[in-house]
Amino acid sequence: MHRFHERIVALVFAVGLLFVAATVANAGAYEDALIGFTTDSFGDTADAIDALTSSGDPRTGPLLEALKDQRVLYSAETKKVFIKDQSDKLIDAATGEAVATPPSDIEDVRLNNRVRGMLDAALGSLTLLAKEPSKRLDAAQAVFKSRDASALANIDKALEKENDPRVKKTLTEARAAIILNSADSSEEDKLSAIAVIRDRGDQDALGLIDGLPSDLPPAVKQAAISARGKIQGNLALWNALQNAWYGLSLGSVLLLAAIGLAITFGVMGIINMAHGEMVMLGAYTTFVVQELIRTYNPALFDYSLVIAVPLAFVVAGAVGIAVERSIIRFLYGRPLETLLATWGLSLILQQAVRTIFGPTNKEVGNPSWMSGAFDLGGITITYNRLWIICFTLAVFVALLAMLRLTRLGLEMRAVTQNRAMAAAMGIRTARIDALTFGLGSGIAGIAGVALSQIDNVSPNLGQGYIIDSFMVVVFGGVGNLWGTLVGAFTLGIANKFLEPYAGAVLGKIAILVLIILFIQKRPRGMFALKGRAVEA
Amino acid sequence: MLNMNRAVFAQPHARRWLSAAAGLAFGFAATYPAAAEDTIKIGILHSLSGTMAISETTLKDTMLFLIDEQNKKGGVLGKKLEAVVVDPASNWPLFAEKARELISKNKVSVVFGCWTSVSRKSVLPVFKELDSILFYPVQYEGEESERNVFYTGAAPNQQAIPAVDYLMSKDGGSVKRWVLAGTDYVYPRTTNKILEAYLKAKGVKDEDIMINYTPFGHSDWQTIVADIKKFGSAGKKTAVVSTINGDANVPFYKELGNQGVKATDIPVVAFSVGEEELAGLDTKPLVGHLAAWNYFESIKSPSNAEFIKKWQAYTKNPKRVTNDPMEAHVIGFNMWVKAVEKVKSTDADKVIEALPGIEAANLTGGTSKMLPNHHITKPVFIGEVRGDGQFDVVWKTKGLVPGDAWSDFLPGSKDLEADWVTLKCGNYNKVTKKCGSNPS
Repeated sequence: MHRFHERIVALVFAVGLLFVAATVANAGAYEDALIGFTTDSFGDTADAIDALTSSGDPRTGPLLEALKDQRVLYSAETKKVFIKDQSDKLIDAATGEAVATPPSDIEDVRLNNRVRGMLDAALGSLTLLAKEPSKRLDAAQAVFKSRDASALANIDKALEKENDPRVKKTLTEARAAIILNSADSSEEDKLSAIAVIRDRGDQDALGLIDGLPSDLPPAVKQAAISARGKIQGNLALWNALQNAWYGLSLGSVLLLAAIGLAITFGVMGIINMAHGEMVMLGAYTTFVVQELIRTYNPALFDYSLVIAVPLAFVVAGAVGIAVERSIIRFLYGRPLETLLATWGLSLILQQAVRTIFGPTNKEVGNPSWMSGAFDLGGITITYNRLWIICFTLAVFVALLAMLRLTRLGLEMRAVTQNRAMAAAMGIRTARIDALTFGLGSGIAGIAGVALSQIDNVSPNLGQGYIIDSFMVVVFGGVGNLWGTLVGAFTLGIANKFLEPYAGAVLGKIAILVLIILFIQKRPRGMFALKGRAVEA
Repeated sequence: MLNMNRAVFAQPHARRWLSAAAGLAFGFAATYPAAAEDTIKIGILHSLSGTMAISETTLKDTMLFLIDEQNKKGGVLGKKLEAVVVDPASNWPLFAEKARELISKNKVSVVFGCWTSVSRKSVLPVFKELDSILFYPVQYEGEESERNVFYTGAAPNQQAIPAVDYLMSKDGGSVKRWVLAGTDYVYPRTTNKILEAYLKAKGVKDEDIMINYTPFGHSDWQTIVADIKKFGSAGKKTAVVSTINGDANVPFYKELGNQGVKATDIPVVAFSVGEEELAGLDTKPLVGHLAAWNYFESIKSPSNAEFIKKWQAYTKNPKRVTNDPMEAHVIGFNMWVKAVEKVKSTDADKVIEALPGIEAANLTGGTSKMLPNHHITKPVFIGEVRGDGQFDVVWKTKGLVPGDAWSDFLPGSKDLEADWVTLKCGNYNKVTKKCGSNPS
């Protein structure tokens, strides 16, 4: 029955008799290949994909795409393969007919990495002529990676029609990759291919040249060596830029974590070991906000962080004020007791969160605008890091403005500079103390919102940041926000330039040693406060 | 999965009173004169607070569940089992103190506990001195076999080496270049040493192995992921073997996802990432990354289905996941029960004598056996991460793999043998024919 059907289809599409015959033969190949999906063996599935792509049957593309989306099912008993379409209807892959009652033993065709890689490669050469430029670009990139010689004909066809410059460039590069790896292309072709790859100039290009077969003609080999040198020089430059970017990003995280401490420790002089837990409270606030949004209004998910920021500020700030009123205000001027009390407090807060939310990590999702990355020249910039840098700077500017321009800021500065004088001027110093501590804690809470995007949300979240935060504040200069800013970025960038040479563990140790030496020389940090405030 | 530990009893004392009260109530109901001597006490030594609470709390719940189940069947030797829960609070010296308290003060017959190797090492002298039994349920670096300890987690040859074998095979992608990434402590360092020796024995060259260590709780993975990408684009198939410790994994996988490292390009096979660790993650960008374990929740077998059903009913949480160390406790507990019933006594010496050779069903459809070296036989599975946070088993060993206490791939260690049945020694040197000098 379907043989006949196939004949009709073939007649419609084919031009000559020869074509008809060929298609009929291939149609049989398509059905035969489908059996490979019904054995639940990755090897057979891989063979089936190979057979399907070489069958040239027009149904192969949609079938493979469905397979990639895990929409292909099989029944081992009836040896039949089904495709689930967008509306969850089952279609027999061989006949194209809808299936009303699926067999009882129906199972998903399973994929593993090898099969997924093959699918990408096969779909790459099949979708080179797709309508959407983004799909064509993906396809061209897949072919560049797979270097599958059988895709060459398709690439040439696609190149003729292509008018999107980006896709065209990638197609040319994919073509060059195939030519360089095939034994029977001419020396001239290979030389021009090397030029194309050299101009691409990224890590993948270097990998391609490193992986070239060794039996190349001498001229090509020479060209490859010089291209290699050029790419490496190019990459070294980008590498330095990439490290600088990573440094900025790490610095912004350090700054974000430390900025609240710069208020409580830097401005007020309280050794606040529970600072990290305020960060953690902010992160858990984000978690709760996201849970509520997931339950009640999933459409708002992309705004969850925007909603969480003020809430985290309020939650952590309120806890901060409560802590100041109930514990810290009795301990002013007794740093050792403050240290111990806040250390105990941090343990209490951790255990409280562990009891309420459980000890396991909580899933805090990234909104779509914070996921993924883009390439800027030779460096990869991830969106979440980019947004965190922007956010950190915004928080810093807002805090600075608050301290400079508002009445509360003025009073805070007055109290920290000369408490007795401020009190004599009618400022309620106790109230200012509580508010300042609340402000520092609230900012730590905001930091928690951002850190929930890159780190674990677990009761231990804060512990990882407390030492780094103190390091930044002490290094930058106690009592100076600008010092905290410069300190954070200096440490971040120094760390990231050390890490590739020394490794993460030694890099961190080296930074600590450098700080110890620096503090010996300048005990008050980079930007020391001068004048009467120091003695106050 | 997410709110699995909502109802965790973080205060061990409250829990202990609760179980004591329950035991008491049962005693009255059965009209026996309820007395502590009528129960067999089982110590549970898992951190319920501090850093390790994230992993260990579940194991405490598992033990309470198993004891509850056993009591429903009538207990052991006609006596009820009674759990004694203590909280060592992720504090290694406190582990030793709490172990001593369990054995000498509470007179427990056996202890199930510990997670990190350092906590195990810290309690070893206590168990030797007071001659009691410890069941240790976590995969570890090997290089140890003690008379008083039974290792129900995987030794390196039951997890790391099969995983590498799979990646080298055609199905695993014929990997030629290796990144060994781990947290900087004893388990990753030893495992990587074994793996490095193993890879070199398989003909992998020095320049094709990259070893990288990071501090505990490392959260800035940008440079390392970029390095891995660079290392992986040298034209040879590359894979990452990760012994990164639990907490640092979430930022690591997030960075992998964000920098677009896909499993089809550079697969990551992890030894410390299970169903629980994935709970804090959106797994869609991670589909295809691998984990090697002796148990996965997604494995279809009648005993596993029954276990999951009962476990979720016991915890009153239909989403609660199960994982590999839980299964290790299940096997270990059943082995202990069988050994006790065999010798009709809970005396530590008799039970230690009886345990080697005892068999107990595992949850994946096989039967594990306690070996003379105090390790057990286990199947090894390789799973790929699915979009729903579970694993899809893509490969498994044929039959069960016996645990090897002393790795054959480390100099010094390959001459050693552990055998507590005939040799009565945990580190017998096959060359010098002597039981090793270090205490055993």
